[in-house]
Amino acid sequence: MATVSEIIGQCQALYDDLDFGAAKAWKEAEAGRKVIGYMPIYVPREIIHAAGMLPLGILGGGDQLEVIHGDAFYQSYICRIPRSTVELAISGRLDFVDGMLFPSICDVIRNLSGMWDLMMPGKYVRYFDLPQNYDDDIGGDYYRHELAELRQGLEELGGRPITDDALRASIGLYNRNRDLLRQLYEKRSNAPWQVPTTEVYLLLRAGMVLPIEDHNRMLEDYLAAVGDEDRPMRDNCRVVMQGLFCEQPPLNLIKSIELAGCYVVDDDFMMVTRWLTGDVPTDGDPWANLASAFLHHSVEISARYVENESDKGQFLVDRVRKTGGEGVIFASPSFCDPALLDRPMAQDALKEANIPYIAFKYAENSGQMQPIREQAGTISDSIKLWSAA
Amino acid sequence: MTATVRPIRRPIRAAKPLKEAKKDRSMALQKAMISGNYERLANAAAENSKVAYTFVPGNINELLMCFDLVVNYPEINAIQNGMRKRSGRYIMEAEKAGHSEDVCTYVKADIGMMLKGNMGPNDKPLPNPDVLMLSYTGCFTFMKWFELLRHQYKCETVMLHVPYEGRGGVTSNARDYVVKQLREKVIPTLEKVSGVKFDIDRLRQYLKESQKAEENWVKVLQSARHRPSPIDSYFGAIYYIGPIFTAFRGTPEASDYYRQLLAEVEARIAAGQGPITPEGEMKKERYRLVVEGPPNYTSFRDFWKMFYDEGAVVVASSYAKVGGTYDFGYRHDPDHPLESIADYCLNCYTNHTVPERVKMLESYVNDYQADGLLINSIKSCNSFAAGQLMMMNEVQKRTGKPAAFIESDLVDPRYFSPANIKNRLESYFQMIEQKRSAA
Repeated sequence: MATVSEIIGQCQALYDDLDFGAAKAWKEAEAGRKVIGYMPIYVPREIIHAAGMLPLGILGGGDQLEVIHGDAFYQSYICRIPRSTVELAISGRLDFVDGMLFPSICDVIRNLSGMWDLMMPGKYVRYFDLPQNYDDDIGGDYYRHELAELRQGLEELGGRPITDDALRASIGLYNRNRDLLRQLYEKRSNAPWQVPTTEVYLLLRAGMVLPIEDHNRMLEDYLAAVGDEDRPMRDNCRVVMQGLFCEQPPLNLIKSIELAGCYVVDDDFMMVTRWLTGDVPTDGDPWANLASAFLHHSVEISARYVENESDKGQFLVDRVRKTGGEGVIFASPSFCDPALLDRPMAQDALKEANIPYIAFKYAENSGQMQPIREQAGTISDSIKLWSAA
Repeated sequence: MTATVRPIRRPIRAAKPLKEAKKDRSMALQKAMISGNYERLANAAAENSKVAYTFVPGNINELLMCFDLVVNYPEINAIQNGMRKRSGRYIMEAEKAGHSEDVCTYVKADIGMMLKGNMGPNDKPLPNPDVLMLSYTGCFTFMKWFELLRHQYKCETVMLHVPYEGRGGVTSNARDYVVKQLREKVIPTLEKVSGVKFDIDRLRQYLKESQKAEENWVKVLQSARHRPSPIDSYFGAIYYIGPIFTAFRGTPEASDYYRQLLAEVEARIAAGQGPITPEGEMKKERYRLVVEGPPNYTSFRDFWKMFYDEGAVVVASSYAKVGGTYDFGYRHDPDHPLESIADYCLNCYTNHTVPERVKMLESYVNDYQADGLLINSIKSCNSFAAGQLMMMNEVQKRTGKPAAFIESDLVDPRYFSPANIKNRLESYFQMIEQKRSAA
């Protein structure tokens, strides 16, 4: 059985590989295979998988990619993920990707879908709209049509139909993935010293580039191995991290928060993996099941409209309560409309619930961690002081 | 030894008073109309009227009128506050209250104004909303903006989600989705808030009026194909779009306004006159430009003067289409009321994809015989700004006409740098001259 260090080593190698070697190897292993890239925040990966294709999470270039061309596409006051994503494309790293999905998350990613059309003529590009109305016969009808159009596009690209049975099987695999991630998150919240967030993050990142079958095995192996690790419990506070759902934080940022005395007990990393809060039924009409799960069993996040004012921010408060969090760290990418516009309302909900918080901004290539360490250290110290009082 | 520092005495010069801004008749008329709406808002409580807040792009003004609602447009308030030099302190007020320096300054100007007592441009308090009509069209920020307002006002809020035209046109799925929301969400909510029963014939009547105004508005826009152009389609259009983009579309008043405006424009064409600017009539049209992006409002007159001084006229702009792309054929249709409202919402400029926006700008450069494209990129408006550099290069490549890029903000005075903008404009005009002499 693989050790934690071996598994995390593999995740780290996948994370460091800006050429997407694993996805390329998957594609080359069999003639006719196709890879579909997707950006945050949510796409139904089950459908891509059922089409026999590899869903590939594209999350920008991180802090190791030198952005040369991408900056010429964006003004200084636009976040960094689109420019490093453009850099990945222009530098040829995404040439092997057969299509791209741009889900509705914000205006920057929305507009990038059209830019991609201009940059990559002939490639399959789709802006994937998610309804903000969650009634079955209104937003549900719209969403089911969107899914049908996605199905048609992928069938044309792949040259084969997506059968209901294939989709049911894919849903089953992704249900398993959701279940394993629930176990991982639960394990971390129960014993955060045993399951560091840097490892959770790297495991999630691996899931962006690996086939789901491989990622499930990896999670099973990690969950089996991590209990054997002898890791000391520290006198850290327990925090929930919020705002990191799109542009990725540098790995050093997560390490810095942990080093500053914070155990992260929940977060909003890579929400595509945990967008649906429960299992999707594998019997009946799988398309309707996917739509229904989206409408009725999905997370609250700042890219979504919350219909009732009284519910606003409660999802975060509940997460804090459920995971035994003692405070919240709002870490938002600079110029991120969803995270930054939403933040004052979330902060008010926390204030009302008497939950302390701090807020700062980052970019995927932020290098200077000292101020972040100081802020995280401050909330950690103050939580400990308040707890003692 | 302590040195005595003597203050350097500089002669005190009185600030040069600005000449009174020149306005054509229709500019003055629209000002009176917008002021009239602010008076209605100020008197809403006294007259027992219910108040709706909504946004300009994708607004459903005709439908709101069916419920006798008085309508407040927060973007217009922000613009008015920008022009009156108040937005800067409102924005700082909102930032003090925890709103990020990175986000939309319309939102912060609005929230800052609310925090400071919600005084309208007429210095009378604006009424609280009875309903927030969240027409979520072409701009992500709208959704959060009204969540933020709802957070303060704790009032009824109804969302109309207008999907993005990701496939480059209106799909039947998108249209049906919008119509269903209108039928099943929006209309019942407005009935409940107003106590007025929905009457589709009343809506049809308003839509008939909208059509009349839209026909004349398109003629006004297309008058800029003449040389010299009788209008400025960016700065001047800010005045002209007032009635049709806000609380007047669908009223006989708006139809009259656009009839008069067209007559005025036709008279200018007959007389060979250029547009009226605050500095006076544009005498010699030296440059014809297409402009993409909203203007800066905090230094609106200074900004326009930079163009006036160089003889630059804007013959087409994308900003004049944020509240409807009528010049590409769209009209409200009384025979298909809800469907045509849905199409209207779907067709607003910022709901179009980048390739569609490029096509539109390319056609403007060609059809209006422009010398080139100028982009005014707004620091806090991602809906417009993300992708504009690529759009600039594409339009330049497709038309062979030079393009230029300047940056400012909507209503945050901290981001208007006159020297930089002037410098870039001068270089751009030189570029156009070089291109002409090389031709």
